[in-house]
Amino acid sequence: MNWRNMVMNPVLDKEFRLRMRSPRSAITILAYVLVMGLFAMGIIYVLTSTGMTSSRVDSGTSRLMFYALSIAQLVLIAFMTPALTAGVISGEREKQTLNMLLTTQQSSSAIILSKLVSSLSFMTLIIVATLPVYSIVFLYGGVSTGQLLLVFLFYLFVMLLLGAIGVCFSTIFKKTIFAVIMTYGAGLVIFLFTGIAYLFAMSIDQANYYSSGAPVRAYSWVGYILGLNPAGALISIFEPSFSESAFFVQRSNLQSSAPIALWQQFLLVYSVVIVIMLWIAIRKIRPVRGRRRSKAGQVVQAASDIRHEDSVELPPQPEELKQMEKIEPKATEREK
Amino acid sequence: MIEIRNLTKMYGSFAALQDVNISIGKGTVFGFVGPNGAGKSTTMSILATLLSPTSGSAKVGGYEVTDYPQEVRKLIGYMPDFFGVYDQFKTTEYLHFYGASYGIPRQEREQLIPQLLELVNLSDKQDVYVDSLSRGMKQRLCLARCLVHDPEVLILDEPASGLDPRARIEMREILKELKLMGKTIIISSHILPELAEMVDEIGVIEHGRMVAQGKVSEIQNRLRVKRVLHIRVLERAEELAGQLRDELHVSQVLCDETGVHVHFGGGDTEQSALLTNILSSGYQVVSFHEAQSNLEDVFLEITKGGGANELA
Repeated sequence: MNWRNMVMNPVLDKEFRLRMRSPRSAITILAYVLVMGLFAMGIIYVLTSTGMTSSRVDSGTSRLMFYALSIAQLVLIAFMTPALTAGVISGEREKQTLNMLLTTQQSSSAIILSKLVSSLSFMTLIIVATLPVYSIVFLYGGVSTGQLLLVFLFYLFVMLLLGAIGVCFSTIFKKTIFAVIMTYGAGLVIFLFTGIAYLFAMSIDQANYYSSGAPVRAYSWVGYILGLNPAGALISIFEPSFSESAFFVQRSNLQSSAPIALWQQFLLVYSVVIVIMLWIAIRKIRPVRGRRRSKAGQVVQAASDIRHEDSVELPPQPEELKQMEKIEPKATEREK
Repeated sequence: MIEIRNLTKMYGSFAALQDVNISIGKGTVFGFVGPNGAGKSTTMSILATLLSPTSGSAKVGGYEVTDYPQEVRKLIGYMPDFFGVYDQFKTTEYLHFYGASYGIPRQEREQLIPQLLELVNLSDKQDVYVDSLSRGMKQRLCLARCLVHDPEVLILDEPASGLDPRARIEMREILKELKLMGKTIIISSHILPELAEMVDEIGVIEHGRMVAQGKVSEIQNRLRVKRVLHIRVLERAEELAGQLRDELHVSQVLCDETGVHVHFGGGDTEQSALLTNILSSGYQVVSFHEAQSNLEDVFLEITKGGGANELA
């Protein structure tokens, strides 16, 4: 098996071809870049015309523009990814093509991962298409290429997170519309709820801390909540000191620092979420899993699963027997 | 080739299938008959590894479907009753995709796909987008799709539903060809009467239970579907009709310009005796023949009984 066959499985090949054949994809990219461009123009206008007394753009202003653009991009990704991924499985189900796909030799994980990768590739294409917008910022300096790269890697991770949730919900829920709503709901929790929870917890924690006169502590636990927020994590990539202020690290003690950088925590926690989501999707896409013969333990596991299912399904049996009795004499009558 | 034992599928307390037993030998064409919602599609979905049964076992080629779905998928070609196509694919690309999904190398597919298109009479449509095909063509394309990996068993759920008579005949011709190729075929269809000549065995399912099963002729006999005899005589037709009403095994006699129509409940021996009787009574018989009762009659007879039971 050569390299191409490893990477390009049939499902992925199909997804790539079909996606680029629909005019909707081109329109999506156009609309996205247009919105990003308008954002950039707006930010430039605000930063150069009002507020600033001097008319020249220094590197500080440029960096500010970069941050603003990056956050705007993050929000756009949060809007786009669920729409792209939450329909991948349920959409096939609604188009009545899923059953035929499931009877092929493609493994469940190949189907799920190909669907995810193809959606994320398209999303990446969109992000890359916005690079010219970023070049406006580069014109003025203040941002390193490394930072830009880090931000793009971070986007990739956020897309993977929302994509995994979208694909999982798409597998679990029969209807696309429901899967989309649930994925947006999950996105809302990740983006908005964590931020609000942080502000809430912070104010309570700080009030308690200062009123009780508790002993000096290295840091406050509330930072962990902000570590769950993509915006918080993104800012901590720009400004490493942001993690320390999020955790309210005591400046007086030079040794003390944030227990973990916000973005590190973000990656760790959500990597686990991604794995769980994809695992559920792969397990749930096919109702019949079969036994894995490679490991003896799993055969036993599968067998006990079946037994377990049997015992769950047992209760209706008495009814079933009654129904059988009802029907049985009639069948014999017919024989006569 | 296919062994179904005590297969039961419950949806909550509703039994979609109850203790279904089916056994289909290699190379047999099995017609699956039953009213809508009787459990045909459920059985076929279980065989196609798309649904897990509540209890019982289903084996394809000796492989239990719940334990070795991957092996079963290699053996079967499944055509669902309702299916969609990827509209933006061309016909050949469509088949390439499924061929690749079954792990067939590209070189092999390049040779195979024209043959498949030839088989289903779509050779002239190979560069056309699937979207623009008619319903009958899509149905045939889907059949070709089932065949890409040369499966031994074909599970065809209503392959001719929604087709016009001409398209149905085309579909039937293709199925005949597949039968000649030695495939084991399970086919559910409401045009089963049309398929009567190619079906070896039928199974009748109703309310999730098998009502009858076996060779078409056996079932006809077992259910004692009444024969209808058409008798034409030169004269005295009315008189003959009157006389026949008193005969054994005769339940109903109609008389019109075309002759006397007798609903006859006896077997071949009784039928022969009846003819002897008529001749010995001095009637000048022009023709004496049995109207072929077909699968449709069998189906109606069986389901009529079921319906009556349901009402009782």
